[in-house]
Amino acid sequence: MIAAPSNRHRSKLLEGSLFWIFRIGTYLVLLCATYIFLDIGIKGGRTVFQKAAPFINLTFLTEPPQTLYVFDYQGKKMELSDREFREWKVTHKEDVDVTSVSYSAGGIWPCIVGTGLLVIGSMTLALFVGISCAIYLSEYSRDGRFIRLIRVAILNLAGVPSIVFGLFGFGLFVIFFGWNVSLLSGWFTLGLMVLPAIITASEESLRAVPQGLREGSLALGATKWQTVRKNVLPYAFPGILTSSILGIARVAGETAPIMFTAAYAMRDEMPWQVPHWTNFFFQGVMALPYHIYVVSSKIPQNEYTERVQYGTAFVFLVVVMLIALTSILLREKQRRRLSW
Amino acid sequence: MVSLIRMPELVEEKLPRRIEHPANEIEAATIEVRELDFAYGNHQVLHDVGLDVPARAVTAFIGPSGCGKTTLLRCINRMNDLIENARITRGSIHLNGVDINAPDLDVVDLRRRVGMVFQKSNPFPKSIYENVSYGLRIAGINKRSQVDEAVEKSLRAAALWDEVKERLDANAFGLSGGQQQRLCIARALAVEPDVILMDEPCSALDPIATAKIEELIQELKTRYTIVIVTHNMQQAGRVSDHTGFFYLGKLVEFGPTTKIFTNPSEKRTEDYITGRFG
Repeated sequence: MIAAPSNRHRSKLLEGSLFWIFRIGTYLVLLCATYIFLDIGIKGGRTVFQKAAPFINLTFLTEPPQTLYVFDYQGKKMELSDREFREWKVTHKEDVDVTSVSYSAGGIWPCIVGTGLLVIGSMTLALFVGISCAIYLSEYSRDGRFIRLIRVAILNLAGVPSIVFGLFGFGLFVIFFGWNVSLLSGWFTLGLMVLPAIITASEESLRAVPQGLREGSLALGATKWQTVRKNVLPYAFPGILTSSILGIARVAGETAPIMFTAAYAMRDEMPWQVPHWTNFFFQGVMALPYHIYVVSSKIPQNEYTERVQYGTAFVFLVVVMLIALTSILLREKQRRRLSW
Repeated sequence: MVSLIRMPELVEEKLPRRIEHPANEIEAATIEVRELDFAYGNHQVLHDVGLDVPARAVTAFIGPSGCGKTTLLRCINRMNDLIENARITRGSIHLNGVDINAPDLDVVDLRRRVGMVFQKSNPFPKSIYENVSYGLRIAGINKRSQVDEAVEKSLRAAALWDEVKERLDANAFGLSGGQQQRLCIARALAVEPDVILMDEPCSALDPIATAKIEELIQELKTRYTIVIVTHNMQQAGRVSDHTGFFYLGKLVEFGPTTKIFTNPSEKRTEDYITGRFG
């Protein structure tokens, strides 16, 4: 039956308006993303880049945070870091009216290192446990009530808010295990947080490997583990890497889980400056997201703190992007070898 | 252990129970299926199947889709172990007199003895060389010269050597469908099995590739016991020495291929062969 003309008109109108709703929705996302990236890129770029050679603000990237001293001296506005101010005082005996701004001089090097260490440790833990778990679920387990219970548990774990993970890590690792605020506590807390995502994605990648490859291998007299190791896992790896990219972004980005378990607002020593190598695991570190939190909410705000905030956010974005890029390149390299 | 000539030395030591070669080398592996019932969960798919697969001959299983012929084939190397809730509910299968479902039987060894070629060719996403040497490597044979030799021998036996000898390091996915299937046969031959199971090996191939595989089967049967499942009755007629006709999970008739095709004793066999149903 052919629709009446009025009907056809209405459905055409509906089609048109739906199209525009979808289109506007998509553009909105683009708009927000562009705004965020431009805002951080421009304002942060001012901190990170400079006009004179070497064009990158190396102090910001390679030094620990210092207090900034701002004052007028002979009609000139001086902005000096803690160290520079002390040197200045040696040669200039005059009394000046100084405003001090915490963390706004120096750089964020310890935060970059700390975030790197947190990511490496927690991803190692999460990938090891997550891939083991995914292999068990996809290759060994037979469907049953117990396995379904495990799946529900994993799903629920994925839904737990990160601050709850933080509190859990604080209670278990920091207090009960007595690890204090330390890298180890942070690794376990963050590792647990990304675990469900890694398990789910790894299991999916394992299941995507055609059954024929398993059967072909088993039919040649391979054991289960030989089959998994040589003929399933290598082909699932690109997918597992993809999931770990998202995991890395989350681990690097979350503030809540580390604020009680691993992060210090300020620490003068670098992580490798420990008296004994075992102390390495039991030290707290500075971290990029926590530093952003500290400089934007724990100290009085002014034009000087904004520089650090945006600078840190910019570096943070670039670091996460670099890590993700590495994983993507690695994945593409692996993927090119396989295609079915 | 004279009887174990074919088995690679390294593998022999560590396996608990194996299927012995018959003392007389002329007699290769025979498979005896007795009163076999098989079910997926509560759904019984094989009813009281019994037959003897003779050694060094080609035995074909024919029948309409869903009649259980592939299920029976996959029972012979216990591939059905992989399917959840699938199990033999009654009866037995003996290979060279050994019950292959005995609890202390080493399944890995059984599968090395009973090679399989699948319906959908499933080369591994590796090089041609790695595909053929896969079975040897997992059996612990790593000596380069030994592996090289076995790879060439298997590829020659699968009539593929001349086509691929220049590009053994190329990815197996670059081969044509027929070549891929012959590669899978070569891969199965490399571990020197006694029995080769073929599950509709030509169903995805064009007539020329099919002819090549059929020719290959004829050559292989001088050394191996071959069981082939096929949808294609002409193929069963061309390649097999014995044929079993399955219908609705039952073995309707089993006998020499010439007899089944020219003078079947069962009415249903005749109807199927002549194309009246199925």
